[in-house]
Formats: sequence, C-alpha cells, structure tokens
Amino acid sequence: MKRKDFLRSATILPALIGGFSVKAYSAADSPFMQALMGATVDTDKVLVLIQLNGGNDGLNMVIPIDGYGEYYNARTNIAIPQNKVLALNGSSKTGLHPSMTGMQTLYNEGKLAIVQAVGYPSPNFSHFRATDIWMSASDSNVEVDSGWTGRYLANEFPNFPNGFPNSAMPDPLAIQIGSITSLVLQGPAVSMGMSITDPVNFYNLIDDLVDPTPDTPWGKELRYIRMVVQQTQQYSKVIKAAAAAVPSQGNYPTGNDLAAQLKIVARLVKGGLKTRIYMVSTGGFDTHSAQTTATDTTVGNHANLLGKVSDAIKSFMDDLKGLGVEDRVMGMTFSEFGRRIKSNSSIGTDHGAAAPVFVFGKNVKPGLVGTNPVIPAGISVNDNIPFQYDFRSIYSSILSQWFCVKEADLQTIMFKDFQNIPLCLNAACGTTGLDDVYRNAGEQLIVNYPNPFVESTKITFKTRGGHTLVHVIDSLGRSIKTLTDMEYTAGVYTLDFNGYGLPSGVYYTRLQNGTLQQVRPMLKVRS
Amino acid sequence: MDRRAFLTAKRKAVQRQPDTVRHIARTMSGLAPYSGPWDTEAIIHLLKRTMFGASLADISYFKTFTMSQAVDVLLNPTAPLPSPPVKDYDTTGAEKPDTTIAPGTTWVNEYIDDGLIQGRRIESLKKWGIGVMLNQDRSIKEKMTLFWHNHFATETSVVAEPQALYKYHTLLRNNALGNFKSLTRAITVDVAMLKYLNGFLNTNTAPDENYGRELQELFTVGKANNPNYTEDDVKAAARVLTGWRIDLPTTATTFDSSKHDTGSKQFSSFYNNTVIAGRSGPTAGDDELDDMLTMIFSKKAEVSQFIVKKIYRWFCYYTIDATAQANVIDPLAQIFQDNNWEIKPVLAALLKSEHFFDALNRGCLIKSPLDIAVTLCREFNVTFPDPEAEYQTAYYMWDFLRNETMICNQEFGDPPSVSGWPSYYQVPQFYELWINSDTLPKRNMFTDTLIGNGYTRSGKTIKIDPVAFASQLSNPGDPNVLIDDSLAILYRVPVTDASRNTIKTNILLSGQTSDYYWTNAWNAYLANPTDSMAYQTVYTRLRDLYRYFMNLAEYQLA
Repeated sequence: MKRKDFLRSATILPALIGGFSVKAYSAADSPFMQALMGATVDTDKVLVLIQLNGGNDGLNMVIPIDGYGEYYNARTNIAIPQNKVLALNGSSKTGLHPSMTGMQTLYNEGKLAIVQAVGYPSPNFSHFRATDIWMSASDSNVEVDSGWTGRYLANEFPNFPNGFPNSAMPDPLAIQIGSITSLVLQGPAVSMGMSITDPVNFYNLIDDLVDPTPDTPWGKELRYIRMVVQQTQQYSKVIKAAAAAVPSQGNYPTGNDLAAQLKIVARLVKGGLKTRIYMVSTGGFDTHSAQTTATDTTVGNHANLLGKVSDAIKSFMDDLKGLGVEDRVMGMTFSEFGRRIKSNSSIGTDHGAAAPVFVFGKNVKPGLVGTNPVIPAGISVNDNIPFQYDFRSIYSSILSQWFCVKEADLQTIMFKDFQNIPLCLNAACGTTGLDDVYRNAGEQLIVNYPNPFVESTKITFKTRGGHTLVHVIDSLGRSIKTLTDMEYTAGVYTLDFNGYGLPSGVYYTRLQNGTLQQVRPMLKVRS
Repeated sequence: MDRRAFLTAKRKAVQRQPDTVRHIARTMSGLAPYSGPWDTEAIIHLLKRTMFGASLADISYFKTFTMSQAVDVLLNPTAPLPSPPVKDYDTTGAEKPDTTIAPGTTWVNEYIDDGLIQGRRIESLKKWGIGVMLNQDRSIKEKMTLFWHNHFATETSVVAEPQALYKYHTLLRNNALGNFKSLTRAITVDVAMLKYLNGFLNTNTAPDENYGRELQELFTVGKANNPNYTEDDVKAAARVLTGWRIDLPTTATTFDSSKHDTGSKQFSSFYNNTVIAGRSGPTAGDDELDDMLTMIFSKKAEVSQFIVKKIYRWFCYYTIDATAQANVIDPLAQIFQDNNWEIKPVLAALLKSEHFFDALNRGCLIKSPLDIAVTLCREFNVTFPDPEAEYQTAYYMWDFLRNETMICNQEFGDPPSVSGWPSYYQVPQFYELWINSDTLPKRNMFTDTLIGNGYTRSGKTIKIDPVAFASQLSNPGDPNVLIDDSLAILYRVPVTDASRNTIKTNILLSGQTSDYYWTNAWNAYLANPTDSMAYQTVYTRLRDLYRYFMNLAEYQLA
C-alpha cells in the first residue's frame, strides 16, 4: 500500500490537552480535608480572559468624541464619522465603534467598564514579546516564564498537580479553549490549566465521537494509545458531566469563533465546574492594511472583528443571565498592544502602544475609567498613545476585588504593588475571604514557614526517596541557592533557608524528586 | 525455580476492548529486496527500528549509503567494546570496602564478597548499561544485545554477582551478531546463567531441572510445537547438565565430574529417540552438552521458527498472519538453517526486504520504556556530563533514566522473569502492555521533565535544548518547514496539513496569522544569539512545540 494513501485519515488534534494525572503517593484527601467539606464557602467566581490577537486598534474601538478633530486629522482614511459613533449613556465625550452595538447595550445596562489607555512603561512593539509581557505581567525588560493567572492559581493551589484532582478541587483549575498552549496559564513549575483544542473537538468529546484512524497496524496501535490517553485524562469525565448538566443555552451568532468558545464557557460554568479561569481568543487584529474599506470606514476588516467580539460577548452575557449564573462571571479583553495614532496609506495602522481594555460582567463597577487619549495637533507617524493605567493594575485589582486575594499573596503573584482600580463588586472580599482549604488540597510536598519572611524561613519537604533536589529560584527562574541535592530515604525533612542580603521580592522554593516537582512561592519582605 | 507470576497487581494491563471488529490491513509482501524510495522516511524507519532513535546526524550519515549498504553498515559494527563500569559509589558501611579500587576506575577485575559493595556495583552496572545505549555506535549491536538480554534473560536481583553480570552482558554484546548456536552453548555455561537458573547446583544425586527446561522451552525450540519436547526430555536434559560449577572470585566456570550423572540420557521421539551417551571425566560436561545441542538444533524447523518469530516481533510487528508466515517467517527460518544458525543473514534478509519497509509495517511498534528514554536523549542531542571527566555526575544522570524506565516496567538488567519482558511474548497485546493508565502518565511526565526544567543533580542539568535542535534543521526560520522537519524525525505516522497549520498558528505564531512573525523572531535570535530576550522568544515557543509533539499519542510509536 502506498504511504500517501494514509495522509487523509491521519492526526486530528486531540480534544483535550493537559490534565495528565500525577499520582499521589498518599491519599489525596486527608481526614482534615474531609472534615472541612461543606463547612466553607468556596468561591464561585469565574474570570474569562478574551485575547484579541494581533494588536487591536483601540482608538477606533473607543472613540474620543471630545478632540474628534485631532482624531479625524490623524487618521482620516480610517476615522469613524462622528455621527456614526455609538453613544454611551452618561458620557458625551466617548463612544464606541458602530459595530459594537452589543457592548453599547452592556455599557448602558451597567455591565461594562472601559479602562482607557492601558499599557506599561517602555512598551514593546513585537507581537511575541508584547504578548508574553501581557501574559506574564512582567516589566518590559525582563522575561518571566510564568503567567499571571498561572501564578494566581499556583498561589491558590500550591500543591497542584500533586494529588489532583481531589474532592476539594475535582475540576481543572483553568481551561483554555481554541488553543494549545498559553503562557498566561503557566505556573512557576507546570501549566495550571488545560486546553480544549477547539469547539468542534469539544462537541466530539462530549458526544463520544472518536477521531478516525486507518485500519492499519499503526492505526490500531494509535487507537489503543489514544484510548489509554482518554482514561488518564483526568478531566474529560468532569467536563462531560458539566456539559451534560446544561441541556440548552441561549442564542449565539453562527460563524463567530469567539461566540463558539464563549458558548462552551457558559455551558461549563452553568454545568458546575469549579474552574476559575477561562481563556478564549480570537485573532486577525493585526490590521496593517485594509482596516476599513476605502469608501466607508464603518465597515471592513476591523469593523467585522469588533462586531464579532461585541456580538459574542453580548450573547455570552445574555446566556449567562438566562442560565442564572451571571453573578459569577467577570470578563476582560486584552490585546498585546494598541495601534499607531496616525494611520498609514494602506488604510491601516501599525503597531502601537496603549489601548482600552473592556472589563465586563453583572458585578463590574461600570463606567469609564480614565480619560480619552489626547491626540496632539502636530501628530507624527511615531506618536503613540501614552498609558494612563498599567495593565497590571487591572490584573491586580481583579485578583483582589473579585478573587479576594490578600495583600501578601498579591505581591507574590504580581511581584510588585500596583494601583487599585475599583472594577469588581464582590461582597465576599473584605472579610477573610477564601482560605486554607485549597492551600492544603492535593499533596503537599514542600512548604515554608514563615511566609512572608524577613530574613530566613524553614522549608519542609517530603520525598518518596531517591535523589532529591531542593533549591531556591527567583521570579526569573534563576537558581539562587541549592539547599540540598542528594539521596534520601522516603520521609519528611526540614531545612533552613537564609535569605540575608537578597533583595526583597518573590522567590520560589522548588523540589525535584525524580520527575516529581513542586514549587512553593515565598515572599521576602523588609521588616 | 518456579517462574514468578509476571502479572503482579501493579503491572496489570488495562482492560481493553479487542480490536476484533475492524479488519486490520496486512500486507502480502515478502522477502524480495525493497525497491521503493530510499528517502528520508525510509532511512528513519530503518534507524528507529535498529537503533535507539535516529538523530539528524545519524540520518545524514546513512543518507550516503544505498539501502543495502546501510543495512550492511548496521550489521557490521566496528566499534570496540565500551569501557567497563566504574566505581561511582562510596564504601561507607561496608565491612570489606574495595579500597584497592580508586573511585572512577573499573571494579570488574577485582572480586569482593561484601554484600553492600556488590549491591552498589550492580547499581553501577545498571547505570552503565544505560550509558552504553545512550552512546551507542551506528549499528544494530545495542538493540541486538538488548534482544539477547530479553531472550537469554537473567535478573541481577537473583544472580547478585556483579562480575558475573558484567561478563554475561559482555558475552551477549560480543555475540550479538554472531552464531546463535554458539551463543546458546556459551550462555549455558555462563557464570551468571548458571547462578540464575541453578545450573551451579545441578548435581547427579538429585538434578535440578530449571535450566534444562528453559533451554528448550524459552531458549531454543519453544513450547508452541506439536508434538514437542516432553517432561522426560526436561529431566534428561537436567542430567546432561549436572556437574557444572562456578567460581565466583575468578568469575569462572568449572566442571566437577564427581557431580556429573554419568548414565546415558534417553530423549523422546520428538528428538528421534536420541540417546546421549553418558561420559565421565573432566570433559564429560562439554561432550554431553555438545551432543545435546546437536540434538536440539537438529530440530531445525522448530528452532528456526521460534527464533525468527522473536526477531520478527522485535523489529517488525507482533501480528504474524498466514501470509507473513508463508512469505516472511518460513523463508527467514530457512535462511537461518541454511546459514548454520548465523544471525546476520537472517537480519540482512529481513531488514532489506520489501516487507520490512512496507508502509503497513511502519509506525506500528510501541516504544519500550528504554526506547522512549534513550531515543529522546539521542534524537534531541541531550548533553550528558562527560563520563571521563565527571563520571560521578554522568552516573547520576544515567541513574535517573534507569529509574524512569524502571517505573515504566522495563528495568535494564532485571526483566520480570526468565521469560523476559511480557511485551515481547504476551498474547494478544504484546507491546501494548507498555502503555497503561499507570505508565502512560509516567512516560509523559518524563518527556515533560526533559523538555521543561530538566533533571538537575550536582549542579548539572540534563534537558532538551529545543533551540539547538531546531537550529540544525534545514530551514528553521520557515515555521512550516520547521514543523515538517521536526515531525519527520519525531513521528512515524502522518499528520494532516490542517493539524500542522493549527499547531503552527497556536504555538509558533502565538495566534498571529502571518508566518513572518516567527521568521522575524528566529532571525532576530540568529542575529543576536546572546540577547536573552531574542533567545527567550524563540525558546519558549520551540519548547512548547516539542512538548506538545511528545504529549500526543503519535510520539509513542516507532
């Protein structure tokens, strides 16, 4: 048989990526855990991140009506006519792109906050680097290899993945749809989330449809291995169960990839998954040319993209309301950069800097945050929108106001203090909030006390025996000090770490025992 | 010795629905020389079966030969024996420490009967075994040595004599591509084998049947024949083999004629009612053993079929249907007989055949744990500490691999029983047994670790360098070519264009729609390789790409 005859029926991406089990070496559920079950309130709050890939032209999405003249002069060939800008209740100065009728409605219903001119110091104009910056929440001149939500989840579930899933957290910590991998969900040691590769695969999964493989020996073996993959995929069962619990949903526009992803998110949220973070994405925003049509700037590529985003988010919000779960969900859009103030002659825009961010939800603190960007009269092609708000302030604010993350933890996750922007309304944050139930979920292999610490801290670790390495790494992944690197018999041991002389900030103590690893964030503070 | 139960609770395979409803296509092809394209794919197929993976350098090397020449090169190794294992252990706690042996020098020439030291030497041997595979020459020798280790199985936990074990593995290595009958002869009186199957205790007053049975059942004629050898044949064989003894301090085999059964040994009609004349005197053991092997090997059909099938299952696939039997197994068995039990002609005929290169026989082997571990390190050029300059750390790293393969149910030196690893004989699943809900996550954790943080010990880390790997490909700046070249090396089964595109967009392009974003990032790295940001940008994406490739089921196939 000819080799090429098989190409048609070959690999399709598996429905689920990630979520491989890491077998616990002792019962994942301690009696202590079981005693706590039912006694505490766990968060039911969910954050949905919507990534707009390519660098969204924020200046045509949220349009400065005051200063319209300068706006029009700077980008005449793509400027939205003033009478087409969608009005926002209570504001005469700012409006939305005509495609975003859905977002306009949400704003007027008090479910949308628009944060103006979000960026960061020394912005980067490369897609890859800028995306990494937004996802890792690093300064622009350092490379951090973890994502901000990954670090949040690692802080909430420090033992993950050892001993997961367990009865405290039986579901994925984070789910990403329509992608394979993302820095944003990467924790200091492992990815904290799992992926549903695309909506089609999701429906195949829950309908138990199997990828076709040929009737050849390799096809047979591949089927066998995939079957075992299915069995070891810890989360396919809970995802199927959650999906099955939602027999019907509201209407979503067809032919809208973002809507398709958000539809799945709504279903899983309503279906009862305890998953806290969802990440969806849509692309095509890199509008260097043909951003609008030549004759009518209200239509064209960017208009279609914004319309897609607006329709998707609106139907998502309507569906959440219909399903009775809109109280639980907060969403935000982000893009790796905005675009140049001055348009180019290809009826497009080049890479820029700051741009608006949408934060939406029933419990958002609605309104406009910040003022319109001021466009100077003598605009040059090099001018970019300066930032008013550091994007990390938005992350920080959401973490503390929506997920009730405490101050010390916030520092560990975000590395620095950032401005608090009132964005979310969650009455639970302000009391003690969520606590150690989840800190102890799973199998704890390494922990330090005290944390935060001023100079030294004691590190206690558990090894199953054999070679064990414990070292301290900084937030950039550099090994600072090796505390132990030798053979152990199975057991629990304690070491001292003296951080005298080290700058204050976030460190991680990392355990490596064979292929097992666990990382515990620590915060060194000034006394 | 009773064969231990090899399916312990821990090793239980997952219940699976049999693939009976689907008719799996088989081929009619036979031993006619392969005349299809001798392209990169064909080369990689050959190398992945005969070696532990195919690195880019290996592929380039073999491209310079024709198919037939390439097989000949693989079958005619010229490399010398690897350096022996060294003392990587300390002697703390030993009653009789081997202080005459300097650390970092070999222990194989000096016997010590301290249990602690012996234990540590055996561990040294196992780590060393991994190192030998990692540093293999460009030949089939290491895969064949492992084949013989699986066939003439011994277990270090039973033999427990490091010198003898080293000698046993060296015997296999030296004869890997030699004469099967001679090897059988040699293994029968090998010190480790005599210890393992109680041959060294076999005495005329009450013979021990262990080796006599396994010699026939597992090593030569096999148990599938009808008619077959009988229980009386086992007893007679045991009597032939009485009197052999071992001297551990000199790792030597001796013969004690006073312990030898000097009576004549009558064999069954399966063996044409052969009578082996009883001998006495110092050469009795040798003479009777020679006679017995002549007798056993006169069962040409049975012996040749049994061994040829094992070779077929090791290199080709485990299903032998009537067509393969007629077109491949029978002719190979004939070649084996006609060449007086020389292994090479059989291997040559198989590896040069259209059957071996048949599309239906590609990509269908599930990698053994040793294959997964060693192949990953070889294909990705993982750098290990220099065993000369940093032997201690090198042995630590080999030990890590040894442990990882062990927890996936293949410990070098210790197959679960004298039958070898079940993946090579257990009907109906065969090598599907390597993969179950316990071992598959472990295999994934291993590949994730090597592409992730790596494994660190004594200040050294072994890990995959995805940037270095991509750098050697034909055109890493083009994301499509990068993926194609990578999959050509890493996978043995096809991937659709749609999947490649999704992977490219999602991972290499971070969701962007234009290829040139990757190209620019790659070129930025090339222009300034020491710029950490330029490096990180390509590093994280390549790392995610290769981690993803290794996480898919496809990676488990060879």
